[in-house]
Amino acid sequence: MAALARKRSASQPAWQGQWPIWLSGIWFAVAVLMIVGLLGLILASGLKTFWPTPLWRVTLKEGATYLGQAHREEVIPHQFDAAGAPKRRTLYRVGNKDLSGADFVWVDDDAVTARTRPAEAMAVERLEWGLFYGFVQQLQIDGQVVVGTPEVLWQTLRHEMPPAQRRLRAMRRIEKRVIGDINAQMEKARLAIRRLELEGLTVAETRVRTRHEAAIQALQERYAKIAEEIEQRRQQDQAFRVVLASVGERTKELPISSLVRVHRPNRLSWLGKAGVYADRLREFVFGQPREANSEGGVAPAIFGTVLMTLLMSLAVVPLGVLAALYLHEYAKQGFLVSVVRIAVNNLAGVPSTVFGVFGLGFFCYLIGGTIDLWFFPERLPTPTFGGGAILWASLTLALLTVPVVIVATEEALAAVPRGAREGSLACGATKFQTIWNVVLPAAVPGILTGTILAMARGAGEVAPLMITGVVKLAPELPLDHLAPFIHLERKFMHLGFHIYDVGFQAPSVEASKAMVYMTTILLLAIIICLNLGAMRIRGRLRAQFRGAEV
Amino acid sequence: MERTTMAVSKPTVGARRPAETSPHGALARQTAITIDRVGVWYGAAQAIKQVSMRIAEHEVTALIGPSGCGKSTLIRCLNRLNDLVEGLRVEGRIVLYGQDIYAPLLDVIALRKRVGMVFQKSNPFPKSIYENVAYGLRVDGENRRAVLDAVVEESLRAAALWEEVKDRLPSSALRLSGGQQQRLCIARAIAIQPEVLLLDEPCSALDPIATGKIEELLYALKEKYTIVIVTHNMQQAARVSDHTGFLLMGELVEFGATEKLFTTPSDPRTEAYITGRFG
Ligand SMILES: Nc1ncnc2c1ncn2[C@@H]1O[C@H](COP(=O)(O)OP(=O)(O)O)[C@@H](O)[C@H]1O
Ligand SMILES: [Mg+2]
Repeated sequence: MAALARKRSASQPAWQGQWPIWLSGIWFAVAVLMIVGLLGLILASGLKTFWPTPLWRVTLKEGATYLGQAHREEVIPHQFDAAGAPKRRTLYRVGNKDLSGADFVWVDDDAVTARTRPAEAMAVERLEWGLFYGFVQQLQIDGQVVVGTPEVLWQTLRHEMPPAQRRLRAMRRIEKRVIGDINAQMEKARLAIRRLELEGLTVAETRVRTRHEAAIQALQERYAKIAEEIEQRRQQDQAFRVVLASVGERTKELPISSLVRVHRPNRLSWLGKAGVYADRLREFVFGQPREANSEGGVAPAIFGTVLMTLLMSLAVVPLGVLAALYLHEYAKQGFLVSVVRIAVNNLAGVPSTVFGVFGLGFFCYLIGGTIDLWFFPERLPTPTFGGGAILWASLTLALLTVPVVIVATEEALAAVPRGAREGSLACGATKFQTIWNVVLPAAVPGILTGTILAMARGAGEVAPLMITGVVKLAPELPLDHLAPFIHLERKFMHLGFHIYDVGFQAPSVEASKAMVYMTTILLLAIIICLNLGAMRIRGRLRAQFRGAEV
Repeated sequence: MERTTMAVSKPTVGARRPAETSPHGALARQTAITIDRVGVWYGAAQAIKQVSMRIAEHEVTALIGPSGCGKSTLIRCLNRLNDLVEGLRVEGRIVLYGQDIYAPLLDVIALRKRVGMVFQKSNPFPKSIYENVAYGLRVDGENRRAVLDAVVEESLRAAALWEEVKDRLPSSALRLSGGQQQRLCIARAIAIQPEVLLLDEPCSALDPIATGKIEELLYALKEKYTIVIVTHNMQQAARVSDHTGFLLMGELVEFGATEKLFTTPSDPRTEAYITGRFG
């Protein structure tokens, strides 16, 4: 009888007992596919952005001519040609916004009479007005018109680009550094006078005031001198000019220093294209944003994101660990503690915008406003700490992510073996000494896990930042050469907000789409890097607790 | 369950009798700890019932009994490590050299410095060997290197571990073998120079050779310390101890000189246990 039963079960098809495995396996595969698909889409769309594509000269039946790069193609809905095949159209990026007004044009494929790739066609990236597609018509070097074949002009232009950029950088440096310093000193003197006024003048202070006024006077003179120098340099720079011509025979004259990058995509070798790609990537990661953030680089946003995430971790770890320590080690376990624990866990479900509003009201207005009243009354009504600031944004995110750290820390504390605590207590250690010397160190890997989760959550959060300190374009980084070097009261840029801003607020959606993908890749890369860092530390600590050589 | 334990624990006088009447020199030495009618409750469940015994100075006192009879519960009362357990209640008196250790204003930290403990599962801290031994002094505020060095060496020597580890004091204690770890825990416990050393089944996770080393060590240590050892290994109790108490279901069935208890037990339950008929 038993043998029979065994036989029957053995002859059952194998899958019958295994369907739960299959089901979970399939679901797992679906989840992995979705994640890989999302990452793949972002990577594919982002990474191809900077690769130079051919420049097409397109002539239409009605006579118009365009020069541009094919951006994308699509089928025109409900339109068919004679053979019954659906009609197609292509979106060309034609640049020259300042001349024609539109960056992109749709061209029906059947309206095209000729499509060529002119070898001499140039793609010019400019500081203003975006791309220019066309040809060099004329070149002036230091006031002298250069004569020669188009090839000669092109070579000369390329040759003149680096010195022109050096001139521009020199001017910018003077503007930012020297004039920035003068302005800062002037502001300091002005504020000193204002403070004297607020406190009421005495005779001795009148003398101080005169001294400050004299300082301002001197600074103003210095400023005038430097302004003169800049003007001189500008004049010099203006003598290096280029005249660009579009396919529509329209021209544009501009100083060479206002060109960012020139290349002739149709003549570039594979290696040349790779060079352009690398240069654009470099500018993207290390450069300043241009053209309402839709071009140039995202360096300030990278900096802001990393700094904010680190500040947030700095705030959230002590906050979460102390709270968890109290809940787990000191509080008498009971109804009240359970309620607090449930409340903490549910805090994670509060919409992040609500945290933002709270941060604005509590940190910016209440705490920041009070700091301004006490420490910076002379600057009022201009807020110092009383507005959006990287400090307040970080603290708001710390509040948002603190439940994660509390939960992880409590779990880590609970996992510390009882033997470790008892060993310490039996040596005559107090409860606090035991927690500090034995329990907390053993819980650090778990605490780091919580920190990793909090960082990942916080670095991707945008909504609460928008009202507590993130801006589209921050004129100054929160870190610079002026004492006290780190300026936590400043507003900052953030990659997450940058994605939103470029993707939805930029003037040209088509042009900025690629930037959105690239910025997303960067944000992901930064979060992964921060997490890898934390995981490395955690791995070392774990090894230490296993007794392995570190 | 409750009912049967009550029934067994009825003759409480019997449990106290051996300590009072033992003619085998238990009273010849000075008393270190007096346990006087101690009862311990975990919530409503009573784990120790009316236990009374006297632990003599510079002797090894063993507690034997089947698993779950309350040996750990009792020994952990002696340094008040049971205070950690929520809902635990202790009744009766435990007196250490004239001082009631459950007195309301007693400094528990100071008590634990006088009564050291070694646990069943060796529990070195994830620190260096040196820092493990120095831990008790460090938390006591002693940070002078010379003092620590001297105490670490002395304690490791006393725990018969010095020769094995003297070249790798800064390396992690977790990389020692099981037996070495347990001896390190003994060194850690005696580094603060307690008067009494409690050991709760210190050899249950060790191989016979490591066990032998620790038993030898106990023999040497009783010169300086009063030792209370819990064991479920009767041979061990017979080998190392001077006095033995037999606990059964929270009740001290018999307490007396080890030799007498193992050769001519006065209680039939003791006899049943030591001849291996239960437990
Ligand atoms: N923390 C605790 N809470 C409730 N009951 C406990 C606890 N610790 C031990 N007990 C109970 O007390 C009795 C004695 O346990 P224990 O002293 O550990 O025995 P032994 O050490 O002799 O094996 C057992 O019945 C056990 O179930
Ligand atoms: Mg036990």
